[in-house]
Amino acid sequence: MTEIDLGHYLTLGAVIFSIGVIGIFLNRKNIIVILMSIELILLAVNINLVSFSIYLGDLSGQVFTLFILTVAAAEAAIGLAIIVVYYRNSGTIRVEQIDKLKG
Amino acid sequence: MENLELIFSEIFLSLSIMFLLIFGVFKKNSSTLIQNISIIVLLITVVITFNETIGITEVKLFNGSIIIDYLSSFMKIITLLAAFLVLIISSSYLKTFKIFKIEYPILILSSVLGMMIMISSYDLIVFYMGLELQSLALYVLATFNRDQIKSSEAGLKYFVLSALSSGLLLYGCSLIYGFTGSTNFDVITDQLNSNEYTLTFGIVFILVGLAFKISAVPFHMWAPDVYEGSPTSVTLFFTMVPKIAALTVLIRFLYVPFINLFDQWQMILIFLSIASMVFGAIAAIGQRNLKRLIAYSSISHIGYAIAGLTTGTNEGIQSSIIYITIYILMNLGLFSCLLMLKRNENYYETLDDLSGLSKNHPLLSLSLLLILFSLAGIPPLAGFFAKFYVFKAVIEQSMYFLAIVGLLSTVIAAFYYLRIIKIIYFDKEKEKYDNDHGFWLKFSLSVSTVFILIYFIFPSQIIDAVSKINIIQ
Repeated sequence: MTEIDLGHYLTLGAVIFSIGVIGIFLNRKNIIVILMSIELILLAVNINLVSFSIYLGDLSGQVFTLFILTVAAAEAAIGLAIIVVYYRNSGTIRVEQIDKLKG
Repeated sequence: MENLELIFSEIFLSLSIMFLLIFGVFKKNSSTLIQNISIIVLLITVVITFNETIGITEVKLFNGSIIIDYLSSFMKIITLLAAFLVLIISSSYLKTFKIFKIEYPILILSSVLGMMIMISSYDLIVFYMGLELQSLALYVLATFNRDQIKSSEAGLKYFVLSALSSGLLLYGCSLIYGFTGSTNFDVITDQLNSNEYTLTFGIVFILVGLAFKISAVPFHMWAPDVYEGSPTSVTLFFTMVPKIAALTVLIRFLYVPFINLFDQWQMILIFLSIASMVFGAIAAIGQRNLKRLIAYSSISHIGYAIAGLTTGTNEGIQSSIIYITIYILMNLGLFSCLLMLKRNENYYETLDDLSGLSKNHPLLSLSLLLILFSLAGIPPLAGFFAKFYVFKAVIEQSMYFLAIVGLLSTVIAAFYYLRIIKIIYFDKEKEKYDNDHGFWLKFSLSVSTVFILIYFIFPSQIIDAVSKINIIQ
């Protein structure tokens, strides 16, 4: 059994971050999935910050995480509101049909 | 006790926002009143910022997490004045679309508050909070005409891409924090001199995030869509105000925490600058919609502003600050013209709608001509001097390739600016547009045109003001 150290947490963070970024770009179906991907990116950042904070013995990383959690909630609320507004106008939230603005 | 009076302008602005929100809820039909109060609040904030902070060389507050120096005061005042100009000319447009609501000025005020915090930030946490306060208000502003599909789509696209860029930026912040052990810029500066490749990784993430915010190529794809879809007055806000704050933050990041890694980020910035200048100039040629065209032209102007930052000298920073200031005033004039193209409660925004404008509206055409010449960089108008300072700073550092590419893309950009002038003056005339514009619209157009025209007589005022900004000691 190897001990779980900083490197493992950072790898976990990097993997979740990559899943989030790839989820935004590869997703062709639903905007809600994009919202979930954004949350994943922010969670990856939180994992990074908390594990750094523990290993450095410095609290400001955890304070940063609390701020990020709050902002992520506000961002999700505004994002969902915008999606509702968009759905009312167009009747769809499929990503491939969001193409009214082009040129 | 900290010097609380130095952040009194932020405190005043946030208290006013809360007051206006409550006031707007309890008093019915108070849109006009709240609009007027917001304009006055912005002016008072300018005065407070000017009085409290202008004589200060450098003060750090709250354990070094907020900095008040000449750069922050100057940029705050420019931001506040630009927001003031946006607010005074947007009411007639909003009334036409029946979206003249109390939220509009309040959202603008809160995004301005976010920008002021960003400009003063000297710590990653404070910077992030300011950035998000700004972005959250801007998402809603882009969607402001919520019954129109274009506006809601613009808001959706802006939300997704801006949230993504915030995520990238944050990931960079977390790496920087982890490998330097602090979120404070001073500590980061001390720690950030090793050859650790993870730090370069962090810097790249932060630069990508900031490049998204100022819409530099290759992270520009949101800009044309969002600018076209948002209500025109909001587009005006987008092209002017957030760029000032994002540019200030870029300057602060590059020249305070990252200054020891100059060699590593210089190539990235040169790439961003060249790509934005060239792409902005070429992509604008095919556009028929004026707002899209302005989006591409703003991308290429941001390229010139970044060119000043690649030099690593105080002159370079000053030249890009002058560039962004002059660009804002030119943009204000351009959008004032756009807001005057109104006929029977309908706004027109394609190139064809401009055809033969000079026959019916000689004065409007003349000012549009001056603004477009200035954007193309033709002497002796203000836009020429803006480009001149930037290229002077670049050439002094012997970066000839950047200067040559910049000048060539100016020539390409001149093509589409001159084509608009040709359409205005030599094409077949169309129906007349309304002539009953509000006083403030005429006021902002004349301010912009007169500034562009007489800048070459008094260039030293703005140079003197900017020359006190010395980030590099």
